[in-house]
Amino acid sequence: MISSLGYLAVGGALLFSVVGTVPAYAAVAGRPQLAIWGKRSAYAVFWLATLAILLMVVALVTHDFSVGYVAQVGSRSTPLFYTVISLWSSLEGSILFWGWILAGYTAAVVYIYRDRYPDLMPAVTGTLLVVNAFFWLLLAWPANPFVAVFPVPADGPGPNPLLQNHPFMGLHPPLLYLGYVGLAVPFAFGVAALLTGEVGGDWVRAVRHWTMAPWIFLTAGIVSGAWWSYEVLGWGGYWAWDPVENASFLPWLTATAFLHSIMVQERRQTLKMWNILLVVATFLLTLFGTFLTRSGILASVHAFTEGLIGPFFLGFITLVLFVALGLVAWRSDELKSEPALDAVASRETAFLLNNLLLVAFTFTVLLGTVYPLLAEAVRGVKVSVGAPYFNRMSIPIALGLVLLIGIGPALPWRRGSPDLMARKFLWPTVVALAAGIVFWLVGARHFMTWLTLVLSVLSVGLLVGEFWRPARARRLAHDEGLGSALLNVVSKNRRRYGGYVVHLGIVIMAVGIALSSTYRREREMTLGIGQAVTYEGYTVRLDSLYAGREPHRNFVEAAFSIGKGGEISGTMRPRLNYYPMSQQPIGTPKVRTRPTADLYLSLMAYDQNGLSATVNVIVNPMVVWIWIGGAIMALGALFAISSVGIIGTDRPRGAEDVAARARPVEAGVGGND
Amino acid sequence: MNKKLTLAVGVAVVLVVFGYFAFGGLGSSLVYFWTPTELLAEGESAYGTSVRLGGMVEPGSVSWDADTQELRFRLADEGGIIEVESAGVPPQMFLEAAERQEAIGAVVEGSMGRNGVFQASNLMVRHSEEYRAPQHEGGRQEYYRELFREQGAESGT
Repeated sequence: MISSLGYLAVGGALLFSVVGTVPAYAAVAGRPQLAIWGKRSAYAVFWLATLAILLMVVALVTHDFSVGYVAQVGSRSTPLFYTVISLWSSLEGSILFWGWILAGYTAAVVYIYRDRYPDLMPAVTGTLLVVNAFFWLLLAWPANPFVAVFPVPADGPGPNPLLQNHPFMGLHPPLLYLGYVGLAVPFAFGVAALLTGEVGGDWVRAVRHWTMAPWIFLTAGIVSGAWWSYEVLGWGGYWAWDPVENASFLPWLTATAFLHSIMVQERRQTLKMWNILLVVATFLLTLFGTFLTRSGILASVHAFTEGLIGPFFLGFITLVLFVALGLVAWRSDELKSEPALDAVASRETAFLLNNLLLVAFTFTVLLGTVYPLLAEAVRGVKVSVGAPYFNRMSIPIALGLVLLIGIGPALPWRRGSPDLMARKFLWPTVVALAAGIVFWLVGARHFMTWLTLVLSVLSVGLLVGEFWRPARARRLAHDEGLGSALLNVVSKNRRRYGGYVVHLGIVIMAVGIALSSTYRREREMTLGIGQAVTYEGYTVRLDSLYAGREPHRNFVEAAFSIGKGGEISGTMRPRLNYYPMSQQPIGTPKVRTRPTADLYLSLMAYDQNGLSATVNVIVNPMVVWIWIGGAIMALGALFAISSVGIIGTDRPRGAEDVAARARPVEAGVGGND
Repeated sequence: MNKKLTLAVGVAVVLVVFGYFAFGGLGSSLVYFWTPTELLAEGESAYGTSVRLGGMVEPGSVSWDADTQELRFRLADEGGIIEVESAGVPPQMFLEAAERQEAIGAVVEGSMGRNGVFQASNLMVRHSEEYRAPQHEGGRQEYYRELFREQGAESGT
């Protein structure tokens, strides 16, 4: 029953995605009265997609094992929460979820811009429907989650144990997908700009918001994924340069580059070609990442050709690449623009360097991620690229970005007067140098970490100046208190200051990453019952070791008393979970988080008579600041787009803006982004 | 136009230098996935290369000293046997299999020493059994029962 209804819903979504492209593109080609049918198709796809997702959730919750996907990931013993979220625990379900989010974004863009951008919107709609068509084709054919199973099994194996081991699995994938899938929207705007030839105008304004929103989700998704692996995987780290992680990071890098370079186009009407290329690259990287994580190619280059999904993705990626590059070539005259550099010390230079570094970062990560695939395909050897490569390459790039995070906002557009620059840079530099001496004296002798700290202080100093200077100017001009002056300045210019808050978040995160990776200490120890050890100032005592049963798993748990300086202040219970479908126990480490350091206990092994346990004790300084930095980034970006109310309904940059641009720009006081 | 040219040249130089470092850095941090046969076939050049060595643990070859945390065993495939010395506590499942004298797939990460012993820093039990229902449930359940007996009072959630 559900199976056949599911077929209908998926097939219907495919049908409307395909059919809807015809009127949408016809509207672009000079029959604007047909645009409405493109819109209606987009809504139809969304409602059918919603029906499909609801059917799947119902099938999962009612344990309808006649539905293929439920038979694959469902189990009567899995708790309800994990049953619902097993929607995205395996291939077919996650692509269905993907398709639904894509349909949601499509319908949302079409609805929000129903009365605006009449030239662009039909092309945006048509392009998004093409992307929809690809995913609904996957769902109708090689990745169909509704395939009927006969005979109907009485029970299923349950989702992958790793994915039902922590509630974060309910949060991290949706956030990541909302970010990942949403990046199809800026791509559609880019294609629309190329199709209509309006490469300088409307699309720039619209696309910023539609990049910011997915960017926020993607940031939150990546950070929550790092947090998940920290809390679940048991090795005490949060980032391993795993291809799956890299796949989420690559489009984040190019989207971040795009968010900056689009500001240059908005302000100076330049970099038109570059921006189109960035937005296309970002979308291609999301497709590539999905291909990488969903086709089985990571297990072996030769595995993916066994299914249809890999070839489908490669075909679609090739299609997108050639169509986009073809359109760019066709519009190359309109895309020409003069370079925007008037002076070396200017905001434009900072943006240019920012883009250069982010693209270099993308290239580094991409190279390390695809190299093993190429080596296996070409030379027939199986290799992996170790973390040392990624770290060695990315640390200098990241340091450059940390520096630019402060310098960029402090530099004015076009050219800065030496006098103003001296005033802006003097104090932050002095403070940073003084801090550098202090850090060295208190023992931060690891050079790269020391440099990270010094550059962070410099950047924070410069950013604080960007808040402080206009607030002080306003206080003098309006006779307000400093607090309310600051509040007024910030809330009147949310886009600008939201961006600076994001910058602060990144600096905080960089400090957390540098300190936690340099000063992490760990030791494996085997303790008898009642035995205590002191490690790095922490006391760890094994109190008891016991086994137990839960409906969907068995476990062995060790109870440790822990404390600092000999005093016991709490209990931590790391465990090993045994799921029926997995031969390997899945560890559940326990983390005690404090502002200065985490204590991380991971149960490694136990004596089968319950007399002793082996535990990996990790002391991880400053890890919590990585999560805090990530949260600040997301909140800052939310604040930045909060000025527009519903996405994209902000005022067009009209006369007052031209006036603003005409007056001599002294960034930090004037300027409005 | 001139400005544009300077810019392009500058960017190109940066990219070339960067690419040089990227490819150079890549070569030195490659980890090779080898079987014992493949490692032995490399001969002299295997020394010092980072390797992820995968094979079957020879039943009965495991010696584990919990006090010194020294683990030694032999990893084999159809064409070769390699002595492995590993630091750190092996996974629970590895020890259980060793106890039962059961052949188990394992992957160790490290490099071949001049003394002919593979020095491993990391030991993983092969993942290939995942997603398949366990065939011999008995072994582990027995340990559970043992544990339940020992600590009956404390068991439960």
